Amino acid sequence: MTDKTLTRMDLSEAVFREVGLSRNESAELVESVLDHISDALVDGEQVKISSFGTFSVRDKNERIGRNPKTGEEVPITPRRVLTFRPSHLMKDKVAAGNK
Amino acid sequence: MIRSELIQTIADENPHLYQRDVERIVNTIFDEITNALAQGNRVELRGFGAFSVKKREARVGRNPRTGDSVQVDAKAVPFFKTGKLLRDRLNGKA
Repeated sequence: MTDKTLTRMDLSEAVFREVGLSRNESAELVESVLDHISDALVDGEQVKISSFGTFSVRDKNERIGRNPKTGEEVPITPRRVLTFRPSHLMKDKVAAGNK
Repeated sequence: MIRSELIQTIADENPHLYQRDVERIVNTIFDEITNALAQGNRVELRGFGAFSVKKREARVGRNPRTGDSVQVDAKAVPFFKTGKLLRDRLNGKA
């Protein structure tokens, strides 16, 4: 456990090291990958990345919630939520690395 | 969309790159996220979402077929929280 937070910069740095592109272009490609995944999800598509995981969009119906402070009942509007299911490979790696 | 389609889309948009380099780029991104989580790190991608590791306590589970009690060890699992921008976009707000 090192408790570090990686950002886009770390991902583009990894791409920069892996392929002989400029830092700038590496950053653009990272952004482009995230954008394409987002666009597909916004279109309601499932995004399946083998050995990584699956992003899927679920529709949630309206339900009654409660304001925890006042106890007042408020309707929670129907919405679309994103779920990520890690692949077996990722689950195994994460479990093995954090023993 | 699957991994190969994502690679193809990026390759089509970047005709100056070799397909195999686009493959390496896309694979590097996902490998980097997986490796970060395997080391107990977080990956925060503003607007998209954040990957983190959650600890699960040891518990007594049950074999659903036989009903036998089984000890399930504590473990760490990957977790993804959707970013605000993407959450809003999914609901037509951005």
